[in-house]
Amino acid sequence: MSIHVRDITKSFGAFKALDRVSLDVPDGTLLALLGPSGSGKTTLLRIIAGLEFPDEGVIEEDGKDITDRHARQREVGFVFQHYALFRHMSVFENIAFGLRVRKTPQTEVRARVDELLRLVRLEGLGGRKPAQLSGGQRQRVALARALAIRPKILLLDEPFGALDAKVRVELRQWLRRLHDEIGMTSVFVTHDQEEAFELADEVVVMNHGRIEQQGTPDAVFDQPATPFVMDFLGNVNVFHGRVENGRAFWHGIPIDYPDYPHAQAREARVYLRPHELELSPLTGHGQPVAGDGKAAESLAASILRVSRFGAIFRVTCRPHGSNEELQVDVPAEVAQRLRFALEVGTHVAITPRKARVFVPGPEYVI
Amino acid sequence: MSSPHSRATHASPAINAGLVAAAAAIVGLLIVVPLASVFYEALAGGVSAWWAALSHDPDTRHAIWLSLTVAPVAVAVNTVFGIAAAWLVARFRFPGRSVLISFFDVPFSVSPVVAGLALVLIFGRQGLLGPTLAWLDWKVIFSWPGLVLATTFVTLPLVVRELIPVMEAIGPDEEMAAVSLGASGWQVFWRVTLPNIRWALLHGIVLANARAMGEFGAVYVVSGHIAGATDTMPLRVEKLFQEYRQPASMAVASVLAGLALVTLVAKFVIERRLEAESRDLAAARATGETHA
Repeated sequence: MSIHVRDITKSFGAFKALDRVSLDVPDGTLLALLGPSGSGKTTLLRIIAGLEFPDEGVIEEDGKDITDRHARQREVGFVFQHYALFRHMSVFENIAFGLRVRKTPQTEVRARVDELLRLVRLEGLGGRKPAQLSGGQRQRVALARALAIRPKILLLDEPFGALDAKVRVELRQWLRRLHDEIGMTSVFVTHDQEEAFELADEVVVMNHGRIEQQGTPDAVFDQPATPFVMDFLGNVNVFHGRVENGRAFWHGIPIDYPDYPHAQAREARVYLRPHELELSPLTGHGQPVAGDGKAAESLAASILRVSRFGAIFRVTCRPHGSNEELQVDVPAEVAQRLRFALEVGTHVAITPRKARVFVPGPEYVI
Repeated sequence: MSSPHSRATHASPAINAGLVAAAAAIVGLLIVVPLASVFYEALAGGVSAWWAALSHDPDTRHAIWLSLTVAPVAVAVNTVFGIAAAWLVARFRFPGRSVLISFFDVPFSVSPVVAGLALVLIFGRQGLLGPTLAWLDWKVIFSWPGLVLATTFVTLPLVVRELIPVMEAIGPDEEMAAVSLGASGWQVFWRVTLPNIRWALLHGIVLANARAMGEFGAVYVVSGHIAGATDTMPLRVEKLFQEYRQPASMAVASVLAGLALVTLVAKFVIERRLEAESRDLAAARATGETHA
């Protein structure tokens, strides 16, 4: 079942949690709502579930307006952040709850719950109380309980937030397989970009109650639409530069920016990701080696610090004649093949393989 | 050392022993000895005399019966009110919420005699609603409805006060989960909310019942002290005592004191269950956050 959210606005007192948000979730998609806390992602999820109601806007399921429909009638499975299992009921009764309130016959309840216990790999634990389960097991009970009523949509609020790192990765892969098996339209909320990118078909990045960008993980990562997305998706070097005639300049290195073809120079910000920068040796005169005639495309710098994060060396450099610092990530196997030592004080040439330019809105024009 | 206390809070053994002895002396002198002497006096003439004192006097029999009907009615009203009020306060945020919570405590801070007088001012023959009640031919003051009103008033905070913290600690998530699974409001209440608050509710009911059985001041004002009609057990004890019928007075008093002991045991058992549940809640939160 597809979901269409149109121009949803929701305020809590003076705080605007959602500001004219529109979103399409195609049938069968696994979509991630990604953003920092307070970005409105959980509010949006609860509005889709019918647990909150929007001040303005429309929600449609398969083109049918369901905005005023109560959570009870929405056929939505919701997995709560801290699972919200019924603590006084057994695992079996937790999963059976949605069927019992629908007055489903006992034999049918038993068959369905047994089927779900198998699906979430908790056979034999039906008699336990939630307090006797591990976090990962509780998570799976919550999922089975939501699936028991055969919902048309599955919504998950920070589904892995309360688990430790190892279980989180396992459950994540398991949930992805489960989604591929049952193919239900699913939306989950997360603040963890790794989770969003590994799991989702589509990623929606939210900030301050608005959607910054929606797209496939590749599209969002490779073509961030806004400075916020660029920033949020991880470590990035940001520098001030200027843009004119379709090109931006960073320390004299030109970067194509066809969106601004005007001759009048303007302030711009240049974003460089640490793994999209390359290090090469510098000749004795302080000039980068003219590799294949591209001398003007690298920057002379010296190494300030080198630290290792697993398989990556993070090298902090300072461009010559500048107070700026920038970080370059060098994979360990690349570092071994370098023709120079990765040491403090070494002079290097930095070549951006990729750079992005954002021109601030008109209000920032000086 | 396995004790959670730091060394700094440990007094010398002599001071420790002295404090324990002082506490034991105070508890013994003020609580144990007086209570024991009530039973001693009541049973001084033997069990058959005690039973005769309770059962032969029709006014005493009526007083016991009246207490056994007024208290449950007041407790039932309190239970319904307590659940509704606690749910309102724990689940919703609205202007005047904290003022409302303070109002729940008024019966604790107002003298019961004042509460009784206030009820007379409203429901008495000269009171605000007097003419209306006279026209309807309903008697509230000097009758059992007045006793129920007065008893309900003084026990009002006991159930709601027990429930608010428990409902706030549990939070609304389970109820919301039940709604998203298709449960109606009543189904959510009976299947999720009530089982979660049952021990706290029972605790409140036991406390309210003990207070209702023993209430004297407010009931004294509204009852009019009519033997065989509006005398409850505590009023009967006082009347028998004033009439120099000490053995009979002590017999009724011993029933009230026995009730207090039963309450004490029930309270102890329930509190252990409550502690176990709040430990479970804390443990569930902790493992949910850190372990798998």
